[in-house]
Amino acid sequence: MRVGLFVTCVNDTLYPRTGRAVVTLLERLGVRVDFPAEQSCCGQPLFNTGYRHRTEPLLRRYAAAFSDHDYIVTPSGSCAAMVRDNYPRIAAKAAAEGRGGAVPEAVTEAAARTYELTEFLVDVLGVTDVGARYPHTVTYHPTCHGLRVLGLGDRPRRLLEHVEGLELRELPGAEECCGFGGTFAVKNPAVSAAMGADKARAVTATGARTLCTVDNSCLMHLGGILAREGSPVRPVHIAEILAGAEDDPEPPHGTARGGGAR
Amino acid sequence: MTGTYLGMPSFPRAAEASTRDARLRANLRRATGTIRAKRDRAVAELDDWERLRAAGAAVKDRTLRHLDHYLVQLEESVTRAGGTVHWAADAAEANRIVTGLVLATGEREVVKVKSMATQETGLNGALAAAGIRAYETDLAELIVQLGDDLPSHILVPAIHRNRSEIRDIFRSRMADWGLPAPEGLTDSPADLAEAARLHLREKFLRAKVAVSGANFAVAETGTLVVVESEGNGRMCLTLPETLISVVGIEKVVPTWRDLEIFLQLLPRSSTAERMNPYTSMWAGTTDGDGPRAFHLVLLDNGRTDTLADTTGRRALRCIRCSACLNVCPVYERAGGHAYGSPYPGPIGAVLTPQLRGLASPLEESLPFASSLCGACFEACPVAIDIPEILVHLRERVAEGGPVTIRGTRTVIRPAKRHGAERAVMAAAGWALDHPRALRRGQRLLARTRGLHPRRLPGPGRAWSDTRDLPDVPPESFRDWWARTRGGTGRAGGTS
Ligand code: SF4
Repeated sequence: MRVGLFVTCVNDTLYPRTGRAVVTLLERLGVRVDFPAEQSCCGQPLFNTGYRHRTEPLLRRYAAAFSDHDYIVTPSGSCAAMVRDNYPRIAAKAAAEGRGGAVPEAVTEAAARTYELTEFLVDVLGVTDVGARYPHTVTYHPTCHGLRVLGLGDRPRRLLEHVEGLELRELPGAEECCGFGGTFAVKNPAVSAAMGADKARAVTATGARTLCTVDNSCLMHLGGILAREGSPVRPVHIAEILAGAEDDPEPPHGTARGGGAR
Repeated sequence: MTGTYLGMPSFPRAAEASTRDARLRANLRRATGTIRAKRDRAVAELDDWERLRAAGAAVKDRTLRHLDHYLVQLEESVTRAGGTVHWAADAAEANRIVTGLVLATGEREVVKVKSMATQETGLNGALAAAGIRAYETDLAELIVQLGDDLPSHILVPAIHRNRSEIRDIFRSRMADWGLPAPEGLTDSPADLAEAARLHLREKFLRAKVAVSGANFAVAETGTLVVVESEGNGRMCLTLPETLISVVGIEKVVPTWRDLEIFLQLLPRSSTAERMNPYTSMWAGTTDGDGPRAFHLVLLDNGRTDTLADTTGRRALRCIRCSACLNVCPVYERAGGHAYGSPYPGPIGAVLTPQLRGLASPLEESLPFASSLCGACFEACPVAIDIPEILVHLRERVAEGGPVTIRGTRTVIRPAKRHGAERAVMAAAGWALDHPRALRRGQRLLARTRGLHPRRLPGPGRAWSDTRDLPDVPPESFRDWWARTRGGTGRAGGTS
């Protein structure tokens, strides 16, 4: 089984810890991970801002970088959603508009092999107990694209519930958007900030010390607000919790328990 | 006189003020939160909801594809039943037709059934200019009218008002429009409803002309359908001698069998009821019963142009239930007025720029008034993928492209104010497709991490005014991988 890690540009540049956690986690589960260096950004910021044509080279790049992997795994709900939901549409439109040649098939086919991390763990590997330990209180925010486009359902929760020492706190209004929305945060700063502030308040009120999601872009927005407000809650990507992230110098991360593959 | 939408600021500018209005935020949060929970329960009762949605979407799509056919059929059916059909290409023509019809009756006042189409055309203003007074009879529309206000919600136009504000409006303004508010009016719902009832009753009994919209128009029989909760619409539809209905051309449904689907979808989605209290249906005129003259004004006003766009046209499925508004986190914070149109919320963000075209900075800003969270799509009873249409329209703003304006296919240029953004996106697109350059950028960012400010200048302020910036790590994932895994990467290796 050849597994390619699509780390995403945000994680690559700002949250390499998340990428390292995915590698640690998958290797602990007996999966050999490959990182094709030709990979880049999924193109979501360009696409969602209205620059569909500019995303086309990135589609081709993605399909080429991951052409010989059985599975493409990414620790980002919204990037997985971009690839799975929008790549086939963009490729089809490019073909209809006379660009792209044979690429639509390659892109659509690569999109179908793409999995968000928790999907890959639960659906492909068939595990919900990944042998992690994280002795902290955690509240989980289901990000919009994970929830509504990918339909992740309770997969992330099931994984978290099996983490040793982890105490899950219910987040009221969990399904409401945090207000990030990519360039929305910059184009509509007042509404984005109002949504983020409401979400941050709900998060802090749970009393949990960790806010967990499947997406670092939402965490960057919420973490930025929480930090500005002096909230004690720390944003942590689910991969880092599931990895136990023992290579991480910064607390409060758990450690791997057992660590055998299953 | 009600307000006007002319010259409204762009969405972000309007929202900057409205998001700071604590009372507005509280009113909206309470109102939408309540209806949201009720809708969830009403929808959960039906185990075939998803199939109903799909059926509703399919019927609308088919009807829209053959709209020319069904509209002609509707005209024949209505005419056969004793009504008169008028065609209005735009708002001005619709207003002209209605004004002329009212003046011809010799009357100088009309009662109105709540109608989105006449809000869209600004009919009340046109009537006032011709010396005709239009009385809104829907409770929430009445509140808006008395308050010289604009509607902010499709179903509950005065959703931005709370009870004590409504009492104050009744007390200070009812006397100007007819029967004054009773002495000692309180803000209890029963008292407010009674005051409105007394105020309106006088008008129902006097009015000789009524103006309405319609939720549906059944082509096979020429039947118009108005769905409502209060019964005030029923009064207007039955008591006056002349009834004029202004209806968007996308409201046609082919048959009664099709109608049945929507009579299940609409009440559950809009008021969270299994069935709405009043469903009025009429075809033409009937001797000795109801209005003696019936006029149907079929309104285009940008709909045919919208129909020409195969992605954008799905917005014409809309049955105006307002479920998408009630679940929208952006609507809840910004309020309906920020959308600068009688159609606020997610549906307004896709409908207004299409019906009006990208006419001003407001219309250009509407497709961006969404975080693309998808809650609207999930709630929509006719499964309109609003996020997909939003992104489609963003492309029209950012890159230009083919559109239809008044029936003529043309290619529009990218919006003016997007020049700088276009340059940034072009540069980003290039860099992202050249990992070497990207990697150099990452390393530069990492090397200068000690110098990064906590707050950004210029456009970056939009981010850093309310949020801390993330710390830049000393080493990118790429570099870590190359260092620890022996540089198995190919492109993007050392630079
Ligand atoms: S778009 Fe859908 S949810 Fe929104 S008002 Fe129209 S029918 Fe209702």
